[in-house]
Amino acid sequence: MAILVIAEHDNRALSAVTLNVIAAASRIDATHIHVLVAGSSARSVADEALKLAGVHTVLLADAPHLEAHIAEHVEATVLTIAKLYSHVLLAASSQGKNLAPRIAAKLDAAQIGDIVEVVDADTFKRPIYAGNAVATVRSVDPIKVLTVRPTAFEALAAQGSSPPASARLEEIAAAVNGNSAQLVGRTLASRDRPELGQAATVVSGGRGLGSSQNFKNVLEPLADKLGAALGASRAAVDAGFAPNDAQVGQTGKIVAPQLYVAVGISGAIQHLAGMKDSKVIVAINKDAEAPIFSVADYGLVGDLFQIVPHMVAGV
Amino acid sequence: MKVVVAVKRVLDYNVKPRVRNDGSGLDLANAKMSMNPFDEIAIEEAVRLKEAGMATEVIAVSCGTTQSQETLRTALAMGADRAILIETDAELQPLSVAKLLKVIVDREAPGVILLGKQAIDDDANQTGQMLAALAGLPQATFASKVSVEGDRLIVAREVDGGEETLSLPMPAVVTSDLRLNEPRYVSLPNIMKAKKKPMETTTPEMLGVDVTPRLQTLRVEEPATRKAGIKVPDVAALLGALRDEAKVL
Repeated sequence: MAILVIAEHDNRALSAVTLNVIAAASRIDATHIHVLVAGSSARSVADEALKLAGVHTVLLADAPHLEAHIAEHVEATVLTIAKLYSHVLLAASSQGKNLAPRIAAKLDAAQIGDIVEVVDADTFKRPIYAGNAVATVRSVDPIKVLTVRPTAFEALAAQGSSPPASARLEEIAAAVNGNSAQLVGRTLASRDRPELGQAATVVSGGRGLGSSQNFKNVLEPLADKLGAALGASRAAVDAGFAPNDAQVGQTGKIVAPQLYVAVGISGAIQHLAGMKDSKVIVAINKDAEAPIFSVADYGLVGDLFQIVPHMVAGV
Repeated sequence: MKVVVAVKRVLDYNVKPRVRNDGSGLDLANAKMSMNPFDEIAIEEAVRLKEAGMATEVIAVSCGTTQSQETLRTALAMGADRAILIETDAELQPLSVAKLLKVIVDREAPGVILLGKQAIDDDANQTGQMLAALAGLPQATFASKVSVEGDRLIVAREVDGGEETLSLPMPAVVTSDLRLNEPRYVSLPNIMKAKKKPMETTTPEMLGVDVTPRLQTLRVEEPATRKAGIKVPDVAALLGALRDEAKVL
């Protein structure tokens, strides 16, 4: 049986997390991977998906009511085809987490969330307790509905610009859910920085920054210099220093960049859960006993207000 | 309008989880347990809807062992009017909890069903969405603001990269994100009052729900630990190490 990957996109371009999800799908069974693009005027997304390595069929459900990716409508559309598949995979993103449990419930299947490893076609590893433990779970359901932690699966290398001869595009009907939410509005932060979940470098600030002004004047120049995404600890977000979607941790974003620079972050377990898989971790904190140093490759104890400007000058 | 709120008893937020050596799970013996923090936020939001005159009754529901009574008493002390315990010693997974809650929703016919977006033990983030799907209801997950406008619910929700606002016909399911509100502290007089509020106990069998787990947990282990690195004396040494050793600059 084939595997269905539900693409994440903005009706113009495919989100990079979809590549990680396809990589996870290929670990389960690489022989028949189908990608569903549900959207409005989203043909370009489907064309992009056709070019991806490992993809055999792209299904396009194109209708105006799918524009906003409202979970109720996408669920109804997925349900028209879900029974043809052994596995349905989504990214463990805000969109995937919103949608996957609806699909699973309607299929009367348990959902396995945030998988970080494929053991076999029925067995997966996932973190629990904010990453303080890793559970190996086996599903006994005929259809497995999974969300995939994107940072745990390296994207497959991109294929050439023309679709492989075997990949094909198929249009399917877009179903309507009669009892659904409606989108009123959406405010997305400007994209002049790399996205937090995708960035190769992340600079994160904590309560030690002291104010949103310092976040801007002290931390942002370092992020600019490093071409980094900006993150924050929960304490910094709660204090209003940084926007909600910058939060790194158990209940915020999970990141695993090449370089993670934690500035003025003490390192609560909930924060560590969101960044401890980064390749190289740098911690800058005035408290030498701060738990962040227990996971840092390079720790620098001192006053961040002197250290960070020095770094900006020296990079 | 009734509001139903689901609450879960979990290992306290401030307690570091200990994995049992035999790989069978977490060692929760004698550990401090509390209401899941996201559920506290959900209860708070429901009580505020009532205080604002939008809701008439707040019903807290919990599925789990006898000890979940404590969690429900906390919900009652925060301002819920009555509680329902669906008591079982069985392991409950999100799909089962969603099925149990659906029976309660069908019976109570609430206008709003509030849940925490995830429990901090299994970090599943599924029950609200599953309940919405099973009950055929619209959902607004990861809510940061909730208001009632006429016969619709207006919910701002946190999404990757920003925020979006949804308008939902009621009844609807809402799951709370961290910054929806700051839950109140429970006062002693309210704890005393909570003891007199009604708590109904039922079971999955009485509700006719099969809660057999669909997922088998084969093993629970400690994550690979990251070894602490070195302390560098100054910025020059740090940048040097990042360039030459780590090769990330």
